[in-house]
Amino acid sequence: MLSRTAENLYWLARYVERAEYIARTIDATLRVTALPAAYIGKTNEWESALLTAGVSASFYEVYLEATEQNVVEYLAFSPSNPSSIKNCIEAARLNSRSVRTALTSEMWDTINSAWIELQEVWGKGTSSREELARFLRFVQETSLRFDGSAYRTMLRNDAYWFSRLGLHLERADNTARILDVKYHVLLPEEEHVGGPLDYYQWTSILRSVSALTAYHWVYRETLKPWLIADLLILNDTLPRSLASCYSNLVRNLDQIGVAYGRQGAAQRHARGVRNRLEHSHMDDIFQHGVHEFIQEFIADNSRLGEIITKQYLI
Amino acid sequence: MAVAFDEMNGPGGDLRPAYRELSRWLKETPPDALEYRRQEAELLFRRIGITFAVYGDAEAQERLIPFDVIPRIMSAKEWSLLEKGLKQRVRALNMFLRDIYHGRDILRANLIPDDLIFQNPVFRPEMNGQSVPHDVYVHIAGIDIVRVDADNFIVLEDNARTPSGVSYMLENREIMMRLFPDLFARHRVAPVERYPDELLSALRSVAPLSASAEPTVALMTPGVYNSAYYEHSFLADKLGIELVEGRDLIVKNDEVFMRTTEGLKRVDVIYRRVDDDFLDPLTFRPDSALGVPGLMSAYAAGNITLANAVGTGIADDKAIYSYMPEIVKFYLGEEPILKNVPTWRCREPKDLSYVLDNLSELVVKEVHGSGGYGMLIGPAATKATIEAFRDKLKREPEGFIAQPTLALSTCPTCTASGLAPRHVDLRPFVLTGSKHVTIVPGGLTRVALKEGSLVVNSSQGGGTKDTWILDE
Repeated sequence: MLSRTAENLYWLARYVERAEYIARTIDATLRVTALPAAYIGKTNEWESALLTAGVSASFYEVYLEATEQNVVEYLAFSPSNPSSIKNCIEAARLNSRSVRTALTSEMWDTINSAWIELQEVWGKGTSSREELARFLRFVQETSLRFDGSAYRTMLRNDAYWFSRLGLHLERADNTARILDVKYHVLLPEEEHVGGPLDYYQWTSILRSVSALTAYHWVYRETLKPWLIADLLILNDTLPRSLASCYSNLVRNLDQIGVAYGRQGAAQRHARGVRNRLEHSHMDDIFQHGVHEFIQEFIADNSRLGEIITKQYLI
Repeated sequence: MAVAFDEMNGPGGDLRPAYRELSRWLKETPPDALEYRRQEAELLFRRIGITFAVYGDAEAQERLIPFDVIPRIMSAKEWSLLEKGLKQRVRALNMFLRDIYHGRDILRANLIPDDLIFQNPVFRPEMNGQSVPHDVYVHIAGIDIVRVDADNFIVLEDNARTPSGVSYMLENREIMMRLFPDLFARHRVAPVERYPDELLSALRSVAPLSASAEPTVALMTPGVYNSAYYEHSFLADKLGIELVEGRDLIVKNDEVFMRTTEGLKRVDVIYRRVDDDFLDPLTFRPDSALGVPGLMSAYAAGNITLANAVGTGIADDKAIYSYMPEIVKFYLGEEPILKNVPTWRCREPKDLSYVLDNLSELVVKEVHGSGGYGMLIGPAATKATIEAFRDKLKREPEGFIAQPTLALSTCPTCTASGLAPRHVDLRPFVLTGSKHVTIVPGGLTRVALKEGSLVVNSSQGGGTKDTWILDE
């Protein structure tokens, strides 16, 4: 297929995944900030929402203070934030239009309908929490429909694999980012553990990646920081864990390699990252520093993005 | 102006046979059911994203072309006459182009003034003496036809560059079949859906000699911001070929390749929807980023077929148009089956003075204009507009032609106040391959939605209808 088509499909999937992640971040933050101050202390959750979205620096070029209104507007609707939900959906739609021939009609319909709804219903943003909640649901449903229609209707060929690469690369980046921002609450410092503050912070991490219920099924325990880290980093059964994202990345890259009869740097690099995840233990990670581990992972992950681009997309 | 011929209710209000079933059906169908279907059609068009862009209109970057749910119907007999005339005309167009860029017999026979060719900005000296595969220049022609009475179809314009609209012909039919299955069951409508197959086989048949047995065809678009982008992606999809932009292509050793995830792949035939000027910055506009550097040298080396060929603009120029009857006679030795609109060439002093004296009754068009821009419709224009045009005409007479305002036929159309007659034209799409000229039965009917208006262009607010050719 055309390199440009592959590139568009790859970014299309990234944009949709990113929009959903931002929506989840806002949703989780709303829940925490709705708690009485005694449960969450004095931390500014909106600040940390900006950090997990990776847009803190650019936010403060525009706004003075991270209030709920400012942050929601910036994350969800701002035209000046390239990763705002609105911009993600618009970019996804523009990409879809450029590669319509590579999309199934169900996928196009999902994106185009979402784009129309975005203009017609959400053009002016939201004016109440109820509306915001409805907007966030709309974004998450769009992503679910898009993912579902891709899964159910696309031929299993390179078009599908490239879009899956985009999705898993973006997902891995998102999960890593939230861990990185919240790693301090995962540190097992005796005094705080189990306090209400940590408890709600942990819940919000799990909600951001829709893994709260999963946690209970996997561990059958109360929330414990090292188990949360284990779930999100090493547990292959959780679709948003780093391990699971890399199993998928390796598989999709192998499928492309087989179809084209050629392997390359992307396949090797992805396999390397996956092997490291496979052979890591939570104890060692804590020992060496969660923050350092995650930082390294984020760098490796974006390196994979660069290699894929060089090998296939330009 | 004469009273327009209505295609359903002929002169004196006699129901014409082709419309018998439709008329019966309309009587049985409550108006709100029609309105409901109309809204449903609009929703479908929007969801599928069948839009076109309007340049310079930031408010509505993508617009829907209004769709009218009442089909336009023609009998098999009417169509077969049209079909013959269209094939004849396109054959002549191709021979004319071949001649203009080679021996120029028609100029030596003094049938057309030389300067009309050589001083014409759409004439391409780069094509002089260059042969194109199978001598086909206009692979896809969109001939605009109007009807003035029961027997006469008149050609308004020959679109020989990159005619658009065929996606609407196909989508209109799809949507009609979805919304009105029982209306179809009561008619025998000739299908149009084989158009993409016909187009692909025409394009394959004209591949250069150096192509492999399975030539690779690609469709080239200026990109997602082009007004007809929807059509480009639609066609590429239906043909099962890559939709490429200039940046996807690269020329090496006079061969054209596209960049794919598996490396470079040779392309043999390009159905290009990019104008001549933007094809190759080395030959044409150097500031253009849409094209492919070196494409013209690959073309000259005979390693790529461009459809339509470069330089076909000379055949659809409005100044040349007035010579089409002579062109048909000269190359085919036949009488033209389809008539031209009587045309005054403002470059000729006698014609100019007639035009200046009768501006309020004429339609004046720019020779190189398109899409209904920059024209004067005398009977509908204000005095000031007419005077402004008079000045333009005096300053640059060779830039204009004039035609009488034709009484375009009307068809019943859904309007705010119920069914009412509205003026229509027709654009059938004529395909030329190495061996055959083919047309799928039908075309795009465009309809002027405003009462009395003759302007059917979509960029000017016109709509479209499904065109039914009855199979008898």
